[in-house]
Amino acid sequence: MNALSRRKFLKITGFTAGAAAAGTAALRATGVLQPPAPERGTRTVPTSCDICFWKCGAIAHVRDGELWKIEGNPLDPLSEGRLCPRGTGGIGAHFDPDRLRSPLMRKHLRGEEEWVEVTWDEAFDFIAKKMTAIKEQHGPEAVALFSHGIGGNFLKHMIKAYGSPNITAPSFAQCRGPRDVGFRLTFGEDVSSPERTDIRNARCLVLIGSHLGENMHNTQVQEFADAVGNGATVIVADPRFSIAASKAKYYLPVKPGTDIALLLAWMHVIVTEGLYDKEYVAAHGFGFEQFAASLAPFTPAWAYPETGIEPSVIEATAREMAAHKPSTLVHPGRHATWYGDDAQRSRAIALLNALLGSWGRKGGFYTPVSMDVPGYPYPEYPKSERGKVDNPGHKYPFAHETITTGIREATLTGQPYPVKGWWVYATNLIHALPNEAETIKAIQNLDLMVVVDVIPSEIAGWADVVLPESVYLERHDDLNVEWFREPFIALRQPVVPSPHEQKPNWWIAKSMAERLGLGAYFPWKDIEEYFQHRLTAAGLSYERLKKDGIIRGVKQPVYFAEGVTPTFPTPSGKIEFMSPQLQQAGFDPVPVYHRPPPAPPGSYRLLFGRSPVHSFSRTQSNRILSDMMPENEVWVNTDIARRHGLTHGQYVRLKNQDGVVSNRVRVKVTERIRPECVYIVHGFGHTARGLHHAAGKGASDAQLITRYATDPLMGGTAMNMNFVTFEPAEA
Amino acid sequence: MARYAMAIDTVRCVGCMDCVAACKTENGVPEGYDRDWITYESTGQFPTLHMEIRSERCNHCDDPPCVGCCPCGASHIHERGGVVLVHHDKCSGCKACIAACPYDARFIHPDGYADKCTFCIHRVEAGKDPACVAVCPTHCMHFGDLEDPHSEVSRILASRNSHALVPAAGTKPQIFYLR
Repeated sequence: MNALSRRKFLKITGFTAGAAAAGTAALRATGVLQPPAPERGTRTVPTSCDICFWKCGAIAHVRDGELWKIEGNPLDPLSEGRLCPRGTGGIGAHFDPDRLRSPLMRKHLRGEEEWVEVTWDEAFDFIAKKMTAIKEQHGPEAVALFSHGIGGNFLKHMIKAYGSPNITAPSFAQCRGPRDVGFRLTFGEDVSSPERTDIRNARCLVLIGSHLGENMHNTQVQEFADAVGNGATVIVADPRFSIAASKAKYYLPVKPGTDIALLLAWMHVIVTEGLYDKEYVAAHGFGFEQFAASLAPFTPAWAYPETGIEPSVIEATAREMAAHKPSTLVHPGRHATWYGDDAQRSRAIALLNALLGSWGRKGGFYTPVSMDVPGYPYPEYPKSERGKVDNPGHKYPFAHETITTGIREATLTGQPYPVKGWWVYATNLIHALPNEAETIKAIQNLDLMVVVDVIPSEIAGWADVVLPESVYLERHDDLNVEWFREPFIALRQPVVPSPHEQKPNWWIAKSMAERLGLGAYFPWKDIEEYFQHRLTAAGLSYERLKKDGIIRGVKQPVYFAEGVTPTFPTPSGKIEFMSPQLQQAGFDPVPVYHRPPPAPPGSYRLLFGRSPVHSFSRTQSNRILSDMMPENEVWVNTDIARRHGLTHGQYVRLKNQDGVVSNRVRVKVTERIRPECVYIVHGFGHTARGLHHAAGKGASDAQLITRYATDPLMGGTAMNMNFVTFEPAEA
Repeated sequence: MARYAMAIDTVRCVGCMDCVAACKTENGVPEGYDRDWITYESTGQFPTLHMEIRSERCNHCDDPPCVGCCPCGASHIHERGGVVLVHHDKCSGCKACIAACPYDARFIHPDGYADKCTFCIHRVEAGKDPACVAVCPTHCMHFGDLEDPHSEVSRILASRNSHALVPAAGTKPQIFYLR
């Protein structure tokens, strides 16, 4: 909002002196909260954040019985006592007047958002009847669960006990899947989450489209600031001059979709000039000669017209990377589903890291460690005869997690077998999956659609039954046994009671299982008994965990130089520069560049990303977070804006190649983006009727993503494939 | 006498607004208002750009025009650290201070008084950093006493280049931006 004065902006976005206070008093006046407990003074409760899925350790403060604020837990290795803005504003989730209050059943048609409030018993009885009928008619595999985050662990357990292997999250096929497949094909292991990136110790950090600082995974941003503060060389390739780009020594304004060309040219320079880590490659590499030979044509001069990056810059940045090896980290990114060849791009990133010798090295990739906490001894799950439904015939041979869009496809077609029930937990599939029309069509084929959520999200609007979950500040979740650069476990525990009929997920799963005759799978009385059992088995104290929120283990070696044995669980046992696995499956054994199709004349490629104050489409009704960013903007290059007569701050609508028109969105006229693309932050443009505060604010990228390309290696859905034009909008 | 000031490292700052969120919860700032905010100042033409990101707030000026212009004696300099504060009960909400402030740092609270950053004096007097400083995930903010040459803020300002905002206003602002 550079060109608008700050206070003026507040005025035009409709805030007035009469706006409700973010604090509790105003909410109580509107009847949202129950009367306060007769509690006086201030107390603190250690817990862990759930505004995103990083799970930072936090300490919540309760003043006179009311939630006041939440701070980082200094014992927590992830946050080191400092939460991100979403975590700091997380208390807004508890106070959100739009949150779900009681179980709901639909009155008429799906998607009409007309509800009857029911009791938990009525909701469970309805669901149990439907699930029993589906099992009898179609088998247990016909019920699928979409679940994101640790909160869903007990629901997953319930669905497995019921007999279905069809459990999935958009975090694979819509997000980090291609990255993990690319790295697994090369090093034999995933990058995983939290990423095993040693950003803090990097001497040279290369970001390809990764917008750290806007993408606010706390540990990574803290370490990014450390790296920048310590004078590390930052190289950023991005069509948009991101926050990270503003910290870079080299900003490479790469054309959208040409990253593989840039990566090949970088590797060409490093190999032909002999700048790679020869000892490391000789000791750990497989198929290097064939890989090196394949790079011959991909000179910086070849890459220039593809990428728009001058050869001298490609050469200088390649040499800079090599100068700092092995403490050069070419960041693998996180949201990697862009252009359909994403696993191959991720493999190129992995190979560049391999040339620099950064895997297993300080300032590159550490080897994550964890504490040994045995699982709860449950009965064995029933074995599925038919296997998973999402990837028939292993069409996507390198998908090592379940593909959400594969389950959607099976639900649409009934092949390889019908899917008749969906449970959806904490993932707003309407915003998370590409082409919402396909999602809605699939839902029409269901006999049962259950959504567990904290807010009346768009996907909740399509449910038969909506189950209101307590927000993270009001509930226990499963124990977090984290894999990180030092071992620790963390607890999420209630700070304040739920204000209405909301219940924790473990209770929902246990109650549901008991209704289904699966009570043997939930033998514990409550989750605290479950914690006691697991911690006792691990020789740890639940009392201590309750008091501190975190128990840290003994530090262990995390680099090869500290004694970690280099192991690469690929078929060759080495880093696969040339991949026989890919060759045997009929794919390019070394990454190959394919030029992306150009934008249709007069239209612009739609790119999307993150804001530091929002998580996906989950937080726009949180009043503290929405106050900092109430709506998104469409970034338009200054020259393009002039050509279309657009002015900064005006509203437009975006129309995509299939005629889909977005909600109105403000124009951000900026020099900070290439002319052939526009950019919006994901998660806005809500349409759900119950999201009174968030509905109608900004544009939804998801709505405009009607086209997507599927990664042939692993089924990821590439979403940077849509083009928009500008349509007038009322002011 | 202490002289409180902030040094904010624009090299480390990513403009994430955690300082804004922390101020809102710590101080119960009403929805629609903020006592601190982020400015992203970019210059140049694509792709040759420079951007400075700043966490901004009341500058707790040494020569604060908001105090001199106050007809009610509400705007005042606190006895400790030169912090500029407002007595809510004395303030008539006349907005003279808002007009006088070169930093657009003040607003009229829905309860009718002029409001703004207090440097979290309630925390500082309890030996803590202001909420915005304590929360910052990039560790870009430093708070302390300029009169003490050994304080973190004094040492960092002695060792780094910095600038203050709107120096031409002559108000002697006490927020310094490190480059």
